[in-house]
Amino acid sequence: MSGVFSPTRAKIAARTLRTDRWWLQPAITVAVLVAFIIYATIRAFEAKFYFAEPLISPFYSPCMTSACPEGASLVGHPLGTVALFGMAISPALFILIFPLGFRMTCYYYRKAYYRSFWQSPPACAVAEPHKTYTGETKAPLVLQNGHRWFFLAGLVFNVILTIDAFLAFRNAQGQWGHMSVGTLVLLTNATLLWLYSASCHTCRHTIGGRLRHFSKHPVRYKLWTWVSVLNHSHPTFAWISLFGVALSDVYVRFVASGSITNFYFF
Amino acid sequence: MSNLERHKYDVVVIGAGGAGLRAAVEAREAGLRVAIICKSLFGKAHTVMAEGGVSASMGNVNPDDNWMVHFRDTMRGGKFLNHWRMAELHAKESPDRVWELEAWGALFDRTKEGKISQRNFGGHEYPRLAHVGDRTGLELIRTLQQRIVALQQRDARDHGDAESFIKVFAELTVTEILKEGDKIAGAYGYWRETGAEVLFEAPAVILATGGIGKSFKVTSNSWEGTGDGHALALKAGGRLVDMEFVQFHPTGMVWPPSVRGLLVTESVRGDGGVLTNSEGKRFMFNYIPAVFKEMYADNEAEGDRWYNDQANNRRPPELLPRDEVARAINSEVKAGRGSPHGGVYLDVSKRMPAEVIKKKLPSMWHQFKELADVDITLTAMEVGPTCHYMMGGIEVDPDTAAAVGVPGLFAAGETAGGMHGSNRLGGNSLSDILVFGRLAGAGAAVYAKANRGDGVSDATIKSASETLNAPFSRGGTENPYTIHAELQQVTNDLVGIIRTKKELEDAIVKLADFRTRAVAVKPEGGRAFNPGFHLTLDLETMLLVSECIARAALQREESRGGHTREDFPKMDPKWRQVNSICTWDGSKINITKQKLPSMPKRLLDLFDPHELEKYLTPEEMTDLKGGA
Amino acid sequence: MSDIKKKIKLRIWRGDAKDGALQDVEVEANEGEVVLDVIHRVQATQISDLAVRWNCKAGKCGSCSMEINGKPRLACMTRMNMFEEGETITVTPLRAFPVIRDLVTDVSFNYKKAMEIPAFEPPAELKAGEFRMQQVDVERSQEFRKCIECFLCQDTCHVIRDHEENKKSFAGPRFFIRIAELDMHPLDILRNRKQRAQEEHGLGMCNITKCCTEVCPEHIHITDNAIIPMKERVVDVKYDPIRWLGSKIRRREGIV
Repeated sequence: MSGVFSPTRAKIAARTLRTDRWWLQPAITVAVLVAFIIYATIRAFEAKFYFAEPLISPFYSPCMTSACPEGASLVGHPLGTVALFGMAISPALFILIFPLGFRMTCYYYRKAYYRSFWQSPPACAVAEPHKTYTGETKAPLVLQNGHRWFFLAGLVFNVILTIDAFLAFRNAQGQWGHMSVGTLVLLTNATLLWLYSASCHTCRHTIGGRLRHFSKHPVRYKLWTWVSVLNHSHPTFAWISLFGVALSDVYVRFVASGSITNFYFF
Repeated sequence: MSNLERHKYDVVVIGAGGAGLRAAVEAREAGLRVAIICKSLFGKAHTVMAEGGVSASMGNVNPDDNWMVHFRDTMRGGKFLNHWRMAELHAKESPDRVWELEAWGALFDRTKEGKISQRNFGGHEYPRLAHVGDRTGLELIRTLQQRIVALQQRDARDHGDAESFIKVFAELTVTEILKEGDKIAGAYGYWRETGAEVLFEAPAVILATGGIGKSFKVTSNSWEGTGDGHALALKAGGRLVDMEFVQFHPTGMVWPPSVRGLLVTESVRGDGGVLTNSEGKRFMFNYIPAVFKEMYADNEAEGDRWYNDQANNRRPPELLPRDEVARAINSEVKAGRGSPHGGVYLDVSKRMPAEVIKKKLPSMWHQFKELADVDITLTAMEVGPTCHYMMGGIEVDPDTAAAVGVPGLFAAGETAGGMHGSNRLGGNSLSDILVFGRLAGAGAAVYAKANRGDGVSDATIKSASETLNAPFSRGGTENPYTIHAELQQVTNDLVGIIRTKKELEDAIVKLADFRTRAVAVKPEGGRAFNPGFHLTLDLETMLLVSECIARAALQREESRGGHTREDFPKMDPKWRQVNSICTWDGSKINITKQKLPSMPKRLLDLFDPHELEKYLTPEEMTDLKGGA
Repeated sequence: MSDIKKKIKLRIWRGDAKDGALQDVEVEANEGEVVLDVIHRVQATQISDLAVRWNCKAGKCGSCSMEINGKPRLACMTRMNMFEEGETITVTPLRAFPVIRDLVTDVSFNYKKAMEIPAFEPPAELKAGEFRMQQVDVERSQEFRKCIECFLCQDTCHVIRDHEENKKSFAGPRFFIRIAELDMHPLDILRNRKQRAQEEHGLGMCNITKCCTEVCPEHIHITDNAIIPMKERVVDVKYDPIRWLGSKIRRREGIV
């Protein structure tokens, strides 16, 4: 018997005496994340309906295989055609690892999935089911310490998706000076991603958190205070930017599949 | 008692607040082995409650400040009843005591130049209080606690055992100071956790147990403020000086019950808070004493204008000195015009917009919101006087903190008397504990090196053990909680903020009755962590201290600082020459008068003679002029 | 704001290291009271030897830590009016530490851990009185010095609450903020705090699930302002090859 049932602890049979609905939060987290993962997996393997001039789904940008339609390939087709067992691999699969890694190693998502999926702990003062626990000291979880590299990769994607949003100020014929609902969708998505990155703990550390003397670095200190404000809302940005990506993809898919027409304001 | 837990130390420090810890650090640095004993966990002492700051004339904010200004302020605050030498040492040494804290890791708020910031406070001529927001006491206790740990880490490195020189005995109550002949031989007590008895053999004992507030019903003190050190010294043959001087802060919370007595900072009134009674009247206008008539507004309109234009208006009477305000609130409540919970109303909600209140008084807003569920931007606070600080205490030699009459006994902090005279200035308690904590540690170290001690005899141990165990072996049905509550009511009603001969005599009779009843308390349950048992022992302590207060108050026929006699409302220069001394002869409390040590001319010269006239007798003034 | 007395139902854990059980008690409560007041009333009127630790009763000393309806809380800061009418309030000792008696636990674990954190080390040549620090440079550490050592964060931390064996190698949130305080102190010269945090104090055991922050009565941002910044600083000196190389060349430890 370990943990709260250890021999020296107060003899209480219950795993927790909490009377509130402590299980609700982790349950919601599981439901939302599972839904996202299922949707993202289907879409990543689907390999179509991700581009409708000038809109590209964030799941597929940058599109780097030969399968990518003209206009969707911001950086050309450096990967050529990659196939496995005779099947062309979806262009999404080459890039999703980066945003996925950024979110997997994010300090906020770690809290969320450790609690909800791993039940470690399911909620505060609720005994966890595991016999042993080593935290993030051993492989693979020690790799969480690589969050900063994924943060940098995330920035590259933010730039690309921002370019995508600007390219959406064109019409389907590639003429500039137009704006559609799709433009707004991609712009919003890019903005949310920037907010998510800027509010990240690694960003906060890099921009000034690692300094010992703020007074000697007034500009970085100022930036640090701004990032600190954003950092308070990091969980919020984590969720809404996730929805942002999914909804942007949904929109592009509907447009690309012809289910709806991308409405142009001008 | 073959299985008795025994310890041998050079110095035993009883009390682990600021004074005790500072003393322990000093004694250890002198190369001695030190035991630190505390009634609660390490780091929980009442020092954590101090908010405002620690006064030290570092001159960081105003370079004109120096020890002489601080000395003058302290003597004025104490109405010249302070022991001059203590006030002098305190003023001179406090800057060093604050600076060394910084070298031990304390992080005070800073000035622009990166020095320790200092704030204004009542009675201090210049900004003088080093502070950390409004949690300076916590910073002090934690820094000293961490200093002790640092010394233990050093000992672990150098001697292989962290506890080879300093050991903290947490949750251990000392019930008796042991003597062999007339000298200190050690201390006797019990682990609160198990009830097991413990003997400490040591040539020097330092008492640093803090205040006595728990004898009063409404107090800002925590449960530990039972006056243990005062009573232990009394029983060991020590002398308590000026025990009648108890500081009542005018504005403590009176509701909800959980926080009754908790301080409401003075700045609430400074920022425009007004005091009203149950009839909605700003009663302070009725309580302006003649001597203050010229300085305070006699109508609400002028008082209100003062906040914005202090040059052309007199200040509102809410800002009268603490004792005046406390007495006025007391009178209103006694006259039946109090609030439902026995206080008056302190209102800022009608004076300032909500945002301004939250900005100017953030800690008060949180304090009432979190503890009372009262939003002070919408509702008035209920406040009343609260027992805050004991100016009196063990009579000590200022330079060594050695208790007068008991070789080997030392005292520092609130437990020692004399430093603050009849009234303490805000901020002077934290500097007091640092300055005199260090002096006590140094004094005890010098003494312990010269007197190694011959141990404690079996007879002494047996007697101490019997006293400690007495409650369990007696038959009785009294409930300690009930007696405690009644004691608090009596001190509150009869030995409180305003005193009269009749009430004090009445109190003394009632206290005698409690003493009889207290020996009929038989704690329920066993000895392991039994609060009923703890309280039974504390009761005896509180009763001794309360009787000292009541008898000293009865003797002093004047009003001065923290002692107000309705039947003798004036300050009398003749009584300034008198210290009251409380002693215990084994069966009863005795009160005598003793001449106050006279201040040397070099210090008297720091004052304007016109000011001295208010405090000194005509004869003293003649002597002073003759000597010039 | 008049006194409204009502009977409330408490379920208090009573016992010691050997055995114990929840005991039902009915007691009066007045308006405006906190759980500690009610426990005191039980003590004064029904169970005179009910063991409970408390000191200041104002949320400033951190003594009355216990678990109320399963949540680690200060009894003096838990107002009775947050409970539903007629709700039974369960009060137990902290469940991460050995119990002594009733609501009192043995928290000596925390004092042992305090002893393991190297103390503040200022430059040897700097004399007391000569310290100069800017307010912006002390503010981060000041937040951590608000800690009242109630040890609720230690109690709720699953690393030791749920795994007794981890107590050897894990200092706990209270001491992570102590390490962060010193590592961010503008005048501390001890330069291996980051490595030691990871290698000796078990910072890597923390999976930042934030319960420490949730229970902190001082509202210290333990996770966001201390633990995560410390984890990032550890990456600087242990897991980031670029910064590691920089530290070798420029002889500093990933700090500026």
